[in-house]
Amino acid sequence: MVNKSLFKFIVNKFLRMIILLTTLCALTFSLVSHSPIDPVQAYIGADMMKVSHAQREKIEEYWGLNQPPIERFERWGKNLLHGDLGNSMIFRRPVIQVIGERFWASIVLMGLAWVISGLLGFIMGIVSGMQRGKWLGRLIKWYCLTLASTPTFWLGLVLLIVFSVWLKWLPIGLGVPAGVLSADVTLGDRITHLILPAMTLSIVGVANIALHTRQKMIDVMASDYILFARARGESGLQLLFRHGLRNVALPAITLQFASFSELFGGAVLAEQVFSYPGLGQATVQAGLRGDLPLLLGLVLFSAVFVFFGNLTADLIYRVVDPRLKEAGDTV
Amino acid sequence: MTIEYNPDDFKSTEIGPGYKSLLEVSDLSVSFVQYQKGLRQRVLKVISNLDISLGSGEILAVVGSSGSGKSLLAHAILGILPNNAICSGKILYKNELLTPERQKKIRGSEITLVPQSVNFLDPLMRVSAQVRTAVRQGNPEEAQKKIFRRYDLSEGVGNQYPFQLSGGMARRVLISAAVINGSKLIIADEPTPGLHPEIVTETLNHLRELTDEGCGVMLITHDISTALQVADKIAVFYAGTTIEITPAADFHGQGQALRHPYTKALWQSLPQNDFTPIPGFQPLPANFSEGCLFAPRCGKITSECTGSLPVMQDLRSGKVRCHHAT
Repeated sequence: MVNKSLFKFIVNKFLRMIILLTTLCALTFSLVSHSPIDPVQAYIGADMMKVSHAQREKIEEYWGLNQPPIERFERWGKNLLHGDLGNSMIFRRPVIQVIGERFWASIVLMGLAWVISGLLGFIMGIVSGMQRGKWLGRLIKWYCLTLASTPTFWLGLVLLIVFSVWLKWLPIGLGVPAGVLSADVTLGDRITHLILPAMTLSIVGVANIALHTRQKMIDVMASDYILFARARGESGLQLLFRHGLRNVALPAITLQFASFSELFGGAVLAEQVFSYPGLGQATVQAGLRGDLPLLLGLVLFSAVFVFFGNLTADLIYRVVDPRLKEAGDTV
Repeated sequence: MTIEYNPDDFKSTEIGPGYKSLLEVSDLSVSFVQYQKGLRQRVLKVISNLDISLGSGEILAVVGSSGSGKSLLAHAILGILPNNAICSGKILYKNELLTPERQKKIRGSEITLVPQSVNFLDPLMRVSAQVRTAVRQGNPEEAQKKIFRRYDLSEGVGNQYPFQLSGGMARRVLISAAVINGSKLIIADEPTPGLHPEIVTETLNHLRELTDEGCGVMLITHDISTALQVADKIAVFYAGTTIEITPAADFHGQGQALRHPYTKALWQSLPQNDFTPIPGFQPLPANFSEGCLFAPRCGKITSECTGSLPVMQDLRSGKVRCHHAT
């Protein structure tokens, strides 16, 4: 019974994903086609004056820009079904390659920030929930409220000023040292370049999960079942571990996996500030320079990424919360 | 929670020898510190000058309408009031002062709570596991199986989660969890809300059985007919204090044996009696006055009533808090 309902659940989710992706592609495509950015001009830049009208038409023809948008979208869609995302205009390479390369740089950054902010936020939320009204609880609450209203790029700039400009401990940007052959780049180099962007994303990510966990912790501690557990002689950490954690974990899990989208958004800004060569930076470039194939590829990719984040949350929910798992059995 | 004691309280207790007193609460008050606008604090007294006593083998029903502070009385005895509560007065358990340390030691073992509903069980934990966590001595699994057999719960029930239990099953699980350590003092806080009459009777019979084994039961309820089904004594609660303590047998006829005007009015308002309500509402803790709290609704009001809170006085094998009690 459980497996059947689970199967139905997943199939349902995938159907929804397909509808979502189709709509998303059409929307992005029409937005970019109507945008005032001229891809040819964006690509050639200042040398535009030297390009003759005939040359320009040739480039347009080469990129297929002279065809009506609907036709271009149709062709793109057909190729997509064959697994071909097309070529990036600005990188002159297949989109799939660009995304693949950038993905690894970004996944390390986002993964690190995700784990750190999740764990730290959860622990901070629990501590401030239990220490509510005491100085530690208040300190954490105010810290989180301040962070929740801090823009990612601003925090990135502050960290840059402190750690790179003043203290000179960490490099000021990029993924690897400038002027060094890629063969000579060490793992240490990569890590030192990763620290500031990861720190920026983690610090900002903590607030949301900590504040939600705090509220849930307060609710759980005031609940009837905690009262009854106390009446049966349980107290302190025993209460927390036996009844608290599991009940508090539910919203934290949802938030953490749903935050995939925010993480992506945050990564765009953080990567821009630190010139970190990840997906976020590629998205900004694709948008600013009218690289439609790359932009569509990135939109598709990030949507699938966020979708899997939410699906994972749903599946974990079914494991943690018996009301979802066993409800199917009794009905 | 802080408890303030007057050192003089330790010197003598009014309980004579031979009286098998289990619980003796005298002059109990519970207040809450609240923040009003900004940093201004106010202290809200929700239970004032409360007196009750309970012996072994006895069921004392504490009857009062919602918001009269009945549950807080239970929490005060167990020592599980919220942190912003201030508790004063004297609670004796087996003729010994019930200090916060002692409360912590014996709650769940000697003193226990039978809660109101299935919401008092952890929604994410199997029922049997929760009942086992309460066990203090011996093998928890054995103890849980034994108590489930006693309350006619199958092993399958133990494997379920609280949301899967039926009303009657939930009731028996809650009792099992409460009495698994053979507690002597059982506080049942509204154990029969909105239940089928058969289940109410079943639950009350379970409580009766426990008193037959020598336990004392404090049955907190807003439903006087439930209380009359099993109780030996009834304490009537109004606006945070007991206004009358009476043998259950005094609830008969027109209520002529009852002592306090509110108790009489309560009895007469029942559908099977006159079904006549009295006007007005129970005051909220913020509006408690100096005098008798029932005075604004009372037909016998005099200047004496609004001046000072009447003290609890003995009257015809019961107690009453009224200047004009007859």
